[in-house]
Amino acid sequence: MSHDPFSIRSAAGRVGFLGAAKTGTGDLWRMRVTTVALVPLAIAFVWIVLRLVGKSEAGVRAEFAHPCTAIFLLLFILASIVHMRVGMQSILDDYIHTPRLKEWAIIGNSLFSIGFGVAAIFAVLKLSLY
Amino acid sequence: MAEVDAKQSLELRRPLSPHLTVYRPMLTMMMSIAHRITGAALYFGTILLVWYLLAAATGGPAFDFASWFLASFVGQLILFGFTFALLHHFFGGLRHLIWDAGYGFDKDWREYLAVGTLAASVSTTLIIFIAAHLA
Repeated sequence: MSHDPFSIRSAAGRVGFLGAAKTGTGDLWRMRVTTVALVPLAIAFVWIVLRLVGKSEAGVRAEFAHPCTAIFLLLFILASIVHMRVGMQSILDDYIHTPRLKEWAIIGNSLFSIGFGVAAIFAVLKLSLY
Repeated sequence: MAEVDAKQSLELRRPLSPHLTVYRPMLTMMMSIAHRITGAALYFGTILLVWYLLAAATGGPAFDFASWFLASFVGQLILFGFTFALLHHFFGGLRHLIWDAGYGFDKDWREYLAVGTLAASVSTTLIIFIAAHLA
C-alpha cells in the first residue's frame, strides 16, 4: 500500500485503520440541532413537570388531556433521544479503548436511547389519547 | 516474549499528551467536567421519567406507588439531583451555543460564562424546588 506523502495520519493509525471515515460531521450537526431544539423544549418540560407535581391520577390525566402537554413532551422526548445517543457515544468514544467492548457499548447505547424513548412516547400517547 | 516486549516498548515510545491531573483545578474546567457528568446523569435519569410516565399510563397501584416514592425523602433527593443536572446541562448547553456562534472565548468572558452557568443553575434549581413545594 503506497503512502500519501501529504497524509497527516500516523504510521500506527494507518496500520490500525484509524482516521477519517469522511462522515464525521453528521453527529456533530445532530448535536447542534437538538441543542437548539431542546432550549425551548426543556423549558416546556420543566413547566409540564411542575404542573404534574403532587397531582392525583385524575389530575395528571386532566393535564394530558390538553394537546400542548403531549405535543411538547413528544418533541422533548424525540430531541432527547437523538441528543442523548450522540452525547453518550462521545463519552464512550473518549473513555473505552477496548475495541470489542466499545462496539457493544455503542450498540447498547443506541438500544437504550431508542428503547426508553419509545417507552416514553408510548406512555405519553396512552395518557393523552385515552 | 519478544513480541510482548516489542509491543510494550512501542506503547512506551508513543507520545503522551498531558492529561487532566497536570492542571490546577479551574472553574471553567470544572464546569466542563460537570457538563459531561450531568449529561451522563440525565441519560440514566430517563429511566425515572419513563417509569413515572408508564406508571401514570398504567394507573391504579402503579401510579400510587410512583407518586408515593417521588414524594418520599429519597424520591425528593433524586428529583433535586435530576433538576440540578437538567438545569446545569441546560445552561452549559447555552454556553456551548454561544461558543458555537463564535463568541465568549476571551479570558474574561470564559470566566463570566463559567460563573454564570454555576450561578444560574444553582439559583433556578432552588427557585423551581421552592415553587414545586409551594404549589
